[in-house]
Amino acid sequence: MTALNLRNISMTFPDGTQAIDDVDLTIERGEFVTIVGPSGCGKSTLLRIVSGLQLPTSGSCEIDRQSLGYVFQDPVLLPWRNVQKNVELNAELQNVPTDQRREAAQKAVKLVNLSGQELKYPHQLSGGMKMRCSLARSLVSQPKVFLFDEPFGAVDEMTRERLNDELLNIFLQEKFAGLFITHSIQEAVFLSTRVIVMSSQPGRFVSEHKIGFPFPRASEIRYSPEFAQLCGQISHDLKLAHA
Amino acid sequence: MKFFGRLSQSRRISHVFLPLITFVVFLSIWYTYAKLHYDNPVQRRNALPYPHEIVTDGFLPLNDKVNGLQPILGYMWPTVKVTLLGLVIAVALGVLVAILMNFSKGIEKSLFPYAVILQTVPILAITPLLTELFGEELGVRLVVTVLVALFPVITNTLFGLQSTDRALHDLFTLNHANRWTRLTKLELPSAMPSLMTGIRIASGSAVIGSVVADFFFAKGEKGIGYYIRTRQQQSIQRPEMFAGTIMASLFGILMFIVIGWITSRAIRNWHDSNLAHRPSSFKVVRTLKRKS
Repeated sequence: MTALNLRNISMTFPDGTQAIDDVDLTIERGEFVTIVGPSGCGKSTLLRIVSGLQLPTSGSCEIDRQSLGYVFQDPVLLPWRNVQKNVELNAELQNVPTDQRREAAQKAVKLVNLSGQELKYPHQLSGGMKMRCSLARSLVSQPKVFLFDEPFGAVDEMTRERLNDELLNIFLQEKFAGLFITHSIQEAVFLSTRVIVMSSQPGRFVSEHKIGFPFPRASEIRYSPEFAQLCGQISHDLKLAHA
Repeated sequence: MKFFGRLSQSRRISHVFLPLITFVVFLSIWYTYAKLHYDNPVQRRNALPYPHEIVTDGFLPLNDKVNGLQPILGYMWPTVKVTLLGLVIAVALGVLVAILMNFSKGIEKSLFPYAVILQTVPILAITPLLTELFGEELGVRLVVTVLVALFPVITNTLFGLQSTDRALHDLFTLNHANRWTRLTKLELPSAMPSLMTGIRIASGSAVIGSVVADFFFAKGEKGIGYYIRTRQQQSIQRPEMFAGTIMASLFGILMFIVIGWITSRAIRNWHDSNLAHRPSSFKVVRTLKRKS
């Protein structure tokens, strides 16, 4: 089942910068697609277009926006709400009844391993915990399409790997269609069924790599020769695209 | 400098002791000035009484019905009423105006210049007009108080509403939040610290507004401003005048403290200004020196 379908998306900003040039992308449910590219190549703009926060200059975007999860670069939590209330926020804004959203929030908190932290406020949490909280907030409404805008860019390497492991488990349970953005090649290969390499100015898709590792993926596949080979190919494509 | 540095190491001492030193220095200058300029007690009472005379002659006649603590407190009550009522009206009106300005750029552009003018017009200069419009009783006292307290509420609230995090706005947009939800669940809570700062500034202005109003509007229930003004005219009563002024000022300080306390209760869980790990010093710690 097609969850997301982009056709000929282009984006030119009012100042003349061409951020995205003629991008096509189809994602099926159960697929996890990652776009890698350097900072400023238009990855985030593409995500904003997909989510409806921004209109493209041209092209069409088919997606069910009623069932959309969006994880920002930063945790974007309401500092005056505790974890429980923050996790409930999306459901609350979508007018889900109180009992129902409380239960769903509890489940999501458990899923991201934040149990026991429900009454803490964002300033009491570490960077990784804030990101988990942000993830849980999107999980509550069980979206069919999940967009991730470099969510783990600001956490340390060890936390990032653990969050990657956890995210894959969640992906297996929830079976959404994932569109993930990062500039970490390792992260891209570990999480995805497909990795797309994007060039900058203008942002174009230059190559696509199928990642065949079966699910569930063990943490250790990161150290396998096949994994290293894939990372090498993608890194090579990135260098070509930005030469 | 070293002396002060060592003192401030103990916070409890520095909170009480350092202001106390300032106070003692201030009093010494006052005593010296009064002593040097006015040898004659009557002449001195006229001009600058000794500080202790403010206590003995201004406050301490406890059973005097005309001067002293009893009438001062009696005159304070109307001032307290006008100030609090005026502040409440100013906050309600100011927040409403700020919300409207935040709601539409058009409204902001049409109203903001007049808010600035409101702030810069010397209210005292237009007292005849105010008397014409609002009489000389409670109404006009409230108008003056609201006029001086309104601007800080509007600007601080508007600043707070407009400073709301863009990413949080995106989050609300993605969840199809309507304007009202956005206001109540995002913008107003996020503007809370600025709003409270505005109210804090406004509270000081409101006290001054209600006291000054007594100077110009003679009818209705008279407040501490009337007490001060009449003691001003009879020049022998300088200690009484100072006593009234100090009481009005104490009320202003009390308002400031109470609103500060309410603020820290309201935002205690989350705002940076209120968290425990706020730095107490902005210096990098150097190597510790120890006497061997």
